[in-house]
Amino acid sequence: MKKNDIYLICIILIAAVGLVIFMRIWQRTNDSDSARAVVTIDGQEYGTYPLNKNITEKITQENGEYNLLQIRDGYVEVLEASCRDKICVNHKHIHYQGETIVCLPNKVVVEIVGGEENDIDGATH
Amino acid sequence: MNTKKISYLGLMIALAFVLSYVEFLLPLNIGIPGAKIGLANLVIVVALYTFSAKTALALSVVRVILVGFTFGNLSMMMYSMAGAALSFAVMVLAKKLNRLSVTGVSVLGGVFHNVGQILVAILVLETGSIIYYLPFLVIVGTISGVVIGIVAAMITKRVRMGVD
Repeated sequence: MKKNDIYLICIILIAAVGLVIFMRIWQRTNDSDSARAVVTIDGQEYGTYPLNKNITEKITQENGEYNLLQIRDGYVEVLEASCRDKICVNHKHIHYQGETIVCLPNKVVVEIVGGEENDIDGATH
Repeated sequence: MNTKKISYLGLMIALAFVLSYVEFLLPLNIGIPGAKIGLANLVIVVALYTFSAKTALALSVVRVILVGFTFGNLSMMMYSMAGAALSFAVMVLAKKLNRLSVTGVSVLGGVFHNVGQILVAILVLETGSIIYYLPFLVIVGTISGVVIGIVAAMITKRVRMGVD
């Protein structure tokens, strides 16, 4: 074995490890890009909002009812609502795939799609 | 081509064939599809250093065809042909540059065998996502390349004496 051989082996191994790390990071950023909150009203899709952008969106309906949706740091919650019981407002923020906030009086459903799985609690769909 | 060379080449093809069979019997099961030790590359490297590049190329092609028809199928033959061709081209280039010893050349051969196979797999399956396997295949190819290179260096020293 020559010195050049050892250089070559080192370069190949470093390149391979670098590639693995690069792919992991790329995959991760892409994953959080695809995580989004889907809002449906009475079964009709109203809008989709990516979780990685901080926004506040007022979901208004023709009959004047509204829900104020906030996305912050990847978490979605309902800040205000025109409904009676305020269950959606009191609901804790959601982040993991499949989690939902439901406002029954306004027929509004917010669901997380394509995000990371909650590895603490199992969920049945 | 004298009788001695012919008999040596026959012996080497037989060896490459047997080594491929041994590898076929002992699949490297580490969860990476396509990961192989590339034992047969040992014979190709030895031929490259003992005889000429042309002879080694003939040996490589004959080996792929023989093994493909005996143990595999046509698609497997296509993968190994692409791997063998790319690996061979890189090894000949590396040897021409004269900067590396047998070990370095063999490492390059092992790595590019896997690269060639992945490239064909991407073309055939029409999916880019299997490129995720590439770094792991490169690491496996490097390790086996080192081992094969060391063994090939030892063999080359002894076989050359027999030829001259």
